[in-house]
Amino acid sequence: MDKAKLKTGIQKYTMIIVLFLVTIFFTWGTQGKILLPQNITNLISQNAYVFVLATGMLLCILTGGNIDLSVGSVVCFVGAVGGVMMEKMHLPVGISVVLMLLLGAVIGAWQAFWIAFLRIPPFIVTLSGMLVFRGLSNVVLGGQTLPIKSEAFIKLFGGGANCYVPDFLGGDGLNRVALAVGVIACVAYIFITVRGHMNRVKKGYETGNVGAMYAKILVICAVILFVTMKLAQHKGIPTSLVWVLIVVLVYGYITSKTTVGRYFYAVGGNEKATKLSGINTDMVYFIAYTNMGFLAALAGMLTIARLTSAQPTYGQNYEMDAIGSCFIGGASAYGGVGTVPGVIVGAVLMGIINQGMSIMGTDQNMQKVVKGLVLLAAVIFDVVSKKKSE
Amino acid sequence: MAKILLEMKNITKTFPGVKALDNVNLKVEEGEIHALVGENGAGKSTLMNVLSGVYPYGTYTGDIIYNGEVCKFHDIKQSEGKGIVIIHQELALIPYMTIGENLFLGNERGKKAAINWDETYGMADKYIRQVGLTESSRTLIKDIGVGKQQLVEIAKALAKNAKLLILDEPTSSLNEQDSQALLDLLLKFKREGMTCIIISHKLNEVSYVADKITVIRDGSTIETLTKGVDDFSEDRIIRGMVGREIADRFPKRPGVKIGEVNMEVKNWTVHHPIYTERKVVDNVSIKVRKGEVVGISGLMGAGRTELAKSIFGKSYGTNISGQLFLDGKEVHLKNARDAIHHKLAYVTEDRKGDGLILSNPIKTNTTLANLEAVSEKGIIDKDKEYAVAVEYKEKLKTKCPTVEQNVGNLSGGNQQKVLLAKWMFADPDVLILDEPTRGIDVGAKYEIYCIINDLVAAGKSVIMISSELPEVLGMSDRIYVMNEGRIAGELSAQEASQEKIMSCILRSSDRK
Repeated sequence: MDKAKLKTGIQKYTMIIVLFLVTIFFTWGTQGKILLPQNITNLISQNAYVFVLATGMLLCILTGGNIDLSVGSVVCFVGAVGGVMMEKMHLPVGISVVLMLLLGAVIGAWQAFWIAFLRIPPFIVTLSGMLVFRGLSNVVLGGQTLPIKSEAFIKLFGGGANCYVPDFLGGDGLNRVALAVGVIACVAYIFITVRGHMNRVKKGYETGNVGAMYAKILVICAVILFVTMKLAQHKGIPTSLVWVLIVVLVYGYITSKTTVGRYFYAVGGNEKATKLSGINTDMVYFIAYTNMGFLAALAGMLTIARLTSAQPTYGQNYEMDAIGSCFIGGASAYGGVGTVPGVIVGAVLMGIINQGMSIMGTDQNMQKVVKGLVLLAAVIFDVVSKKKSE
Repeated sequence: MAKILLEMKNITKTFPGVKALDNVNLKVEEGEIHALVGENGAGKSTLMNVLSGVYPYGTYTGDIIYNGEVCKFHDIKQSEGKGIVIIHQELALIPYMTIGENLFLGNERGKKAAINWDETYGMADKYIRQVGLTESSRTLIKDIGVGKQQLVEIAKALAKNAKLLILDEPTSSLNEQDSQALLDLLLKFKREGMTCIIISHKLNEVSYVADKITVIRDGSTIETLTKGVDDFSEDRIIRGMVGREIADRFPKRPGVKIGEVNMEVKNWTVHHPIYTERKVVDNVSIKVRKGEVVGISGLMGAGRTELAKSIFGKSYGTNISGQLFLDGKEVHLKNARDAIHHKLAYVTEDRKGDGLILSNPIKTNTTLANLEAVSEKGIIDKDKEYAVAVEYKEKLKTKCPTVEQNVGNLSGGNQQKVLLAKWMFADPDVLILDEPTRGIDVGAKYEIYCIINDLVAAGKSVIMISSELPEVLGMSDRIYVMNEGRIAGELSAQEASQEKIMSCILRSSDRK
């Protein structure tokens, strides 16, 4: 492999290498505790909302470095309304869930309208949303904590103590469902990758570096099996992980394989050129922000389920976690660059740093310092390495 | 013998791949008005940019000797400090600010932490009276006409204590009356001892106001004509500007049959998006046939790009009126997508600005205008897209390691090929190419001409907007000449010549 290709390869996977190194660092720092099964599980369920929000935030950032500051408040507001619907109005869970998602989408559409069609700067529109929906959350909850008691809801969205996919393969000790899922996931991944390769060979297209393909399969399967093994050793698959996987897989597919997904990258890359190529750039902005509201609603449901209550203070700083994950994961502040897998890596990295420092007993304030510096370092590294490649 | 205020000696400036100035010599006497004439791309603006410090000392070779001393400017502030002020063709005024604020932009009155507004407006009023404006200096720029805005620019130069005033196409956006006023103002300044260098295409104006005319062609000084000594007529000047062999730089197009009219516009009028009373395209009617290459020549600012973009789904301009016929039927195109579906393509002159996504790879740029052809039900077939990109890479001989390469890393000529590939992939019947070989070396130009020939051989129509006269003459079956938003002439390939085209332009300016 020549030097240039190696360099491009390293640039592509920089963040994964960084994640790897950071994990090793904290494994040493916590004397291995960070890799304990319950910590891995906690990592996932505590950060589920970040994965969901960051995926939606990515679409906004792709359009041109635009962010959505309102997501934390929307998470809180939708959670509050949902809580009221289920606990005070006694609406059935199914209807409440649908209404909550709808509410998120409507809020998103409201903000999207101003951003896309009147070109009011997204920062201002979403800042307004941040304040408005924080205030409305307080109004809806009357300033009080509202306990969520609906069993069905809590079980569905991964809350409370027993928030795991039940082990219907009946194991004791190791959760068999988790193991099974891990194996199935690996097999599926291998199958899809290899079949794609075979197809390309058959149709006479370029096939790429076969060695690299197998190396990738090896690494990814190793990670999948490792994680599911750890989950199996604790209590199995957290329900919130199911939702995260759905979101990540769906949006990962959309951004990488659909025409709509391509439009986000095009608009962020060069809006004028995209417009002249016949694409409705206003609609692209509209979809990005409406979708963000929708995913914020989902994150809201995950939040109130996990904490089994709705409080007017929930969701604070959620937007920062989401934005940070995106940029650490390689999204460009100018738009047009960034992927869902990258965002996941970014979110996991932030999660590991958070958890690692907690286990090591680092002072809360120092944790904030580290988090801030890591965010800056990641983006500097990203920008500089891209500059060098020109 | 009058004192020589400025001497530019053996100035050579190269950009990657292109020698913009080749041993240029210029002598300007104190108190004279010296005109620089030449075609687009001849090097006039480059020379002035070297003089004013836009291209700093070290990026060119040769000497600038001003007032007897050798000058080594690092930026514009330094040249302005010596009294050399340049007024660019694109007015550098901020529409939503007042005359006074604009006048002292970058040159504010008062201390660093506090602008003295009284002094600003007081002095501004004084300066604008000197150029003949009667408005208050608190008027917003957007509320005065272009002619007056040009005068504000001159007042701005006066406020910088200009001793050598350089004007780049000062009357290009002015009507007859305002142009005359400006020229008389320059004569007034001359009587007061100001020295001027004026770059202009309007040869009648140049003859009226200049003492000397220096002709620049292809980056070299050709000759200097002196009023009263040499023939100052337009014909004489044109011959100096343009006299050049058209070598065998253009591939032949044997046996291409020209068919029916493919596209026709009638009475097309377009207004400026911000200055909405200004017509940038004025009652234009053109047509193009299958298998034909129609050239549109003219100076920058003639309205050709605006014409093309407004036809392409109203992508430019406001208050657009007129009729557009495709294959004999009248159509109303609402946006770029509409235009693409009606088999029109517009290849922009600004490939980096609104043509390509530089941060994206060649393959995604290639398919952007026609994603439907490589996708099914909204899902992109990545392999098909890759194959398409490779196909066009080979067809157009684009030089790149792979089609995964980001377009931003390619050379200008190859970027242009990717842009062409994108629009060819959209399978249009009529392609409008806006300056298709701008900034491209001779070899790549030839390859693009061959591509154009292939397109018309396949029955498509090509409209080629170009500021390079040899290119227009070498490639077109028919040529429209545009000037100041109007069609100044239509010439067939046989009757057209460089002199005839320039004459059309100049006669059309004079006629106003």
